[in-house]
Amino acid sequence: MHDFLFAAQQAGELAKGLTAIGRGIVYGGAAIGPGIGIGLVVGNAITAMARQPESAGTVRTTMFLGIAFTEALALFGFVLAFIISG
Amino acid sequence: MLLGLDFPPISHVTRWPNIFFDGTPFGINKTVLIYFASVIITLAFFFYAARRHQLVPRGVQNLAESSIDFVREGIILQTIGPEGMGYLPFLTTMFFFIFFINIFEILPFIQFPGNARIAVPMFLALLVWFMFNIVGIAKQGFGHYIKSSVVPPDVPKPILPLLVFIEFISVFLVRPFSLAIRLFANMLAGHLILVTFAILSSAIFGAAVYFKIGAAFPFALLVALTAFEILVSALQAFIFTILTGVYIGLSMHPEH
Repeated sequence: MHDFLFAAQQAGELAKGLTAIGRGIVYGGAAIGPGIGIGLVVGNAITAMARQPESAGTVRTTMFLGIAFTEALALFGFVLAFIISG
Repeated sequence: MLLGLDFPPISHVTRWPNIFFDGTPFGINKTVLIYFASVIITLAFFFYAARRHQLVPRGVQNLAESSIDFVREGIILQTIGPEGMGYLPFLTTMFFFIFFINIFEILPFIQFPGNARIAVPMFLALLVWFMFNIVGIAKQGFGHYIKSSVVPPDVPKPILPLLVFIEFISVFLVRPFSLAIRLFANMLAGHLILVTFAILSSAIFGAAVYFKIGAAFPFALLVALTAFEILVSALQAFIFTILTGVYIGLSMHPEH
């Protein structure tokens, strides 16, 4: 392992490897919260639509709004992962 | 080469060479042509639908009228209310402009969403920012508008400074920023996924003869993702428009 890291550093690729790991951590960490959040929003929307089918249109519109807000956070992380340069 | 991490930079699929007026600040490349085309398509669609219009709509006029009805029922009446009818042309144009820019992502031979560059999302978000601020100031007066935006009702006094700070950043800074980035990042991510799977399919297919059948799997996924990108194009245009409606509605009727 130590020899591998040493060879990577000699080839000038340690920075690239660390950048790749950093990008993965950035996006992986950014995707946890919105994943749970969107699940909660859609789950509650389904419950609401099941309890009162005639309000399904309004609930569906609000659900899309909620999905947009939470998904934006995951996409900030995605864009940041590409911006990170190494 | 040791770790196999030599990817081409992202600019290879998002930055296009200037076709006309190269060298000047007004260089026209593929992205700018997509913007021009979307303007022309939006105008042409509605002008053609309104030519010799009849009382019972048919054909293109029917399509245009049902889209305007969709914006009215689904967006304005849900978010601003009946007095928001004045914003119907603005929101309809914005919805169709963004949708036509986005749909270029899946059209053959073009296959680039114009919103994968930050220019138009940023300017549209700035336009929306000016709109909801000017509407709020015109409706409520400057001091009252600021107060109703950053001070939520029924808040205990000690926590007020922190809450005003957070609300100020949330209302006046995060809203336009997140509008622009949401549209831009969704389109860029979709474009990168389609490019990745297309290159993967073509790379596997270009290999030795006994590998070619393996290209069926990424190709099937590419077809499914293209269909998904149609949904995302329409959805992102809808979300941008409905968030504009929500912000204008919040400026007109502060929540008390």
